[in-house]
Amino acid sequence: MKLSPQWVREFVDLSVDDRRLAEDLTVAGIAVEGISGSGADAVFEMEIGTNRPDAMNHYGVAREAAAIYDLPLKALEAKLLSGARTASDSDSTAALKRCATKNPADFSITVEEPQLCPRFSARVVRRTKIKASPERIAHRLQLLEQRPISNAVDATNYVLWEMGKPTHVFDMDLLEGRKLIIRKAKDGEKLKTLDGVERTLTSDDLVVADATKPVGLAGVMGGFDTMITDKTRNILIESAWWDPVTVRKTSRRHGIHTDASHRFERGADFESTILSCDLVAALILESGGGEMVGDAIDVVSRQIDQAPVVLRVSEVQRILGGNLDVGEIFRILKKLGFSLIPEGQEDAMFRVQIPSWRMDVEREIDVIEEIARLHGYDKFENTLPTYSGAVVELPHAAMDATLRERALALGYNEAVSLTFISHADAEMFGFSGAVEGSTSAAKTGHQSEVEIAALEALRHPKTTSRQVLELENPLSEEASVMRTSMAPGMLDMLAWNLNRDSESVRLFEMGRVYEMRGGERVEPARACLGATLAAVKGSLPASGVLDVSKGEQAAAAEAFRSFKGDVENLLAAFAYRELSFDRDTAGHFHPGRSARALMDGTVVAQFGQIAEEVKWQRKLRQDVFLAEIDLEQLHARGLRTVKFAPLAKYPAVERDFSFVFADEVGFEAMRRAVMRLRLGALRSFIPVEIFRGGSIAEGKYSVLLRARLQSDEETLRDEQIARWSGEIVRALQGLGGVQRA
Amino acid sequence: MAYTIPKLTDYSAAALEKAAAELLSASDQEWQEVRNEADWKALRDRWMARKNGILTLVNDLWLKPAPKEAKRDVGQRVNEIKAQVERDVEKGRGLAKNYPILHECFSSSVDITLPGLRRPIGAEHPVVKTTNEMVRVFQKLGYSVADGPVVETDYYNFEALNFPPNHPARDTQDTLFIAGQQGKAQRERLLLRTHTSPVQIRTMEKMRPPIRIVIPGTVHRNDPPDASHSPMFHQIEGLAVDTNITFGDLKGTLDHAMKEFFGSNVKTSFRPSFFPFTEPSAEMFVSCFICGGSGKRGMDPCRPCKQTGWIEILGCGMVDPNVFEFVKDNGYDPKKVSGFAFGMGADRIALLKYGVDDLQLFFQGDVRFLGQFA
Repeated sequence: MKLSPQWVREFVDLSVDDRRLAEDLTVAGIAVEGISGSGADAVFEMEIGTNRPDAMNHYGVAREAAAIYDLPLKALEAKLLSGARTASDSDSTAALKRCATKNPADFSITVEEPQLCPRFSARVVRRTKIKASPERIAHRLQLLEQRPISNAVDATNYVLWEMGKPTHVFDMDLLEGRKLIIRKAKDGEKLKTLDGVERTLTSDDLVVADATKPVGLAGVMGGFDTMITDKTRNILIESAWWDPVTVRKTSRRHGIHTDASHRFERGADFESTILSCDLVAALILESGGGEMVGDAIDVVSRQIDQAPVVLRVSEVQRILGGNLDVGEIFRILKKLGFSLIPEGQEDAMFRVQIPSWRMDVEREIDVIEEIARLHGYDKFENTLPTYSGAVVELPHAAMDATLRERALALGYNEAVSLTFISHADAEMFGFSGAVEGSTSAAKTGHQSEVEIAALEALRHPKTTSRQVLELENPLSEEASVMRTSMAPGMLDMLAWNLNRDSESVRLFEMGRVYEMRGGERVEPARACLGATLAAVKGSLPASGVLDVSKGEQAAAAEAFRSFKGDVENLLAAFAYRELSFDRDTAGHFHPGRSARALMDGTVVAQFGQIAEEVKWQRKLRQDVFLAEIDLEQLHARGLRTVKFAPLAKYPAVERDFSFVFADEVGFEAMRRAVMRLRLGALRSFIPVEIFRGGSIAEGKYSVLLRARLQSDEETLRDEQIARWSGEIVRALQGLGGVQRA
Repeated sequence: MAYTIPKLTDYSAAALEKAAAELLSASDQEWQEVRNEADWKALRDRWMARKNGILTLVNDLWLKPAPKEAKRDVGQRVNEIKAQVERDVEKGRGLAKNYPILHECFSSSVDITLPGLRRPIGAEHPVVKTTNEMVRVFQKLGYSVADGPVVETDYYNFEALNFPPNHPARDTQDTLFIAGQQGKAQRERLLLRTHTSPVQIRTMEKMRPPIRIVIPGTVHRNDPPDASHSPMFHQIEGLAVDTNITFGDLKGTLDHAMKEFFGSNVKTSFRPSFFPFTEPSAEMFVSCFICGGSGKRGMDPCRPCKQTGWIEILGCGMVDPNVFEFVKDNGYDPKKVSGFAFGMGADRIALLKYGVDDLQLFFQGDVRFLGQFA
């Protein structure tokens, strides 16, 4: 909101300059965000809180300034040329007149909705002339970036900015039946508003109507057909008090936000309806001539309740702390227009009457805020409260911190991506917890009908108990669904980097995914790793290479193993007996180069290279690796607790075994076969070198395996070692392996 | 040019001093050039041989021809020279022994100026880092961490925080709503929480007073992304409720926290504001931690504080009694307890702290940006 300090100075004799005034208003909560121009044309950019419609005008700000500087505030008066009755700010309650009144102009007002229109005041100006506003008025409006239109319209605008009460002017000769009715609109009834838009009304809209048609959308905007034109001679000035909720609903329903609706929604000054009519009338008469006809019409069908508030000095101190003296409290409230009557004996207590323009003040706490605000927040002493209580962390804090530290140590940069995804991605990536049971149809080829049905259900989430959360008002289609998986966000970030010549990229993100499960919303925690092939390869130490054969297959195996190592490093922080892997990953993973990690049979992660089609769809310039970790599963397990094992006293012995196996036999099979031997002294069994090609037949590979044997009780003897080696060889042969010389 | 001993003609103190200095400088230089046994022997003979050794020549050329009155001074000088030369020759002997070992070490040296081979270390995200740091400040003040759902109901996000249905204050929140909620009662309708404040209510429903909680979390608003807006951002909320909490406590707590976070020389200032769930409400400013509150950086205007010397950091206030009414049954009778709440934007604080000029950088995952925080 724009404000002219010069205009404010008309109502209060300020000795401070504009800059100081701006500062002091801001400290009192009437925030001046900026100053432009200078001298008489200086303009303040105001930021007035929703609760302070009374300060959204010049007189209201002048009232605050008067209170801040303890200066008198000049009364706001309409200088009416004819002998008609005038009302002013202080002349509060006009005589209550129930139901419709008539006036000498023979014009009737009927309020059919007294709850929604407690007060409707009006004035009639006859035989005036519509022309441009005088320079004084036009200039002021322009200063506030308001476009001058004509003297009558500008008068309403001027009064709104001067003292905050919205009014409306009708061309009285265009009102049919010499009457106005305040009623609900009929469903489907039409009204062309001042902005030229024809609007279809509903029975929830409150309108001002003449005998035949609506002529204004109550509190929001007047009608086009009854507006002031060059031909207008007779004017009806309307100033009403509308129910804030009704105005807000209508304003939102029709998408019209006006300076008037803004104020009515927040609560206008109930007692300023006549004053505002008079001020508008005076301005019209001054520039366009004419005459006032009769008294103001004033239909008060319901008095707005502004019950006095009891203020206890003890409560002021309980909330604010410190020792504000009663004199200061009294002075502040008086200056703001509150009146105080002492009450009670023992405790200092007052009955506070709220001024009509302060609809926001209803309770004791509201009054206390006024005291604090004008006293100055910074004047209250800073204190620290005492407290006895324990500090509690979130249950998963330590686990999440450990996981995060490990990811950082592994070289993954922490990333945060937006929580929205597109419908297409929701469909492609499914629910990330869907690591259980989301086997890809394309991959295994043979699936039970049940599995296919489950997959179909997943692709059409509406039909299952798991549903995505769609946004009612998304920013775009790309951001229209709450993410069900961290994968799309991670892939977008990897693509972003690859498109900017960052080749070696490692990212991780911890966050939540969102879904409806059986009608309940759930927000499971997830972690996601992403890495480009260049990064994964770059972290392979030369000494760590296992598959020494040449070619793409070996390189891919090594890259996968490198990434898998990172995943294992993260998972190793958690408690489990056995970690195993299978190939049943979701469809967005490369079917041959991805795995699920299972802790004691429960899926905790899926990871590996991304599927070719996903890579092409997202225009990824490199193969990328992704790991989706189900933090809920890890949280349920907790961190591994370290238990000390005594250091070995006797030397260890290593024995190597060179075998040729068929490609179908994976290392896990060998490991299991050897573990089944239950050799008490077997400390580890690992592959050390893999080779394909050369003298090795197609479809087979050579592998060098290393067993490490060690006893807690004795130094192992050669014959024991030989016997165990023989058992290991036989176990491996049992898998079809052929020992090499 | 190897040193040769001059004849002395001028026996003044200055001339004598100069001649002695030249001789000793030659001696000092020559012992350092010894590389092996042979070098050392040559050095010894050159300086100390009885016949034509330099020390002998000093005797013959300087002392003997000296005039009588200078004899005593020259004699003393010559003795000093002899002692020093003998020490130098002895040093030469040591060097002859050690040089081969030293040589071996130096010839196998590495270029210590080559860049170190750095194993990549991941960088903490600046917003997460800022959040954690701020949370820690409040944990030290006795605050426990609390959290709550991102997808909230209208009740927790608005109604119980004293935003009545159809209240204009709701307009300021630019809410993103979940689709398909029309069939539900308004308070049951799902939306994306616009602030972390719903967790205040959720926590008060579960825990009786006194409480002190700090709530870090993700929030969403319908703001198109630009340099200073994002539809998703992060807040850090706080709530303290007890029988004795005052506005002075609110100010004191936040003043302490800001000094802890930004440095002990920052000042705080509070200005009136409006939030439906607090009253009195305030905005807190800290003196600009970039320009030190002067509004200038050298000759240039300080941009982060718009030359005002103050930066707005958070909104806060005393918990509105209407909010307590919603959890009154759990011990929050507004007549008996009072409290304060505050909320700040973690992203904004991170922007200011690191001088980042575009909020979008936080959410792109660009390693050129993230890597700077390693």
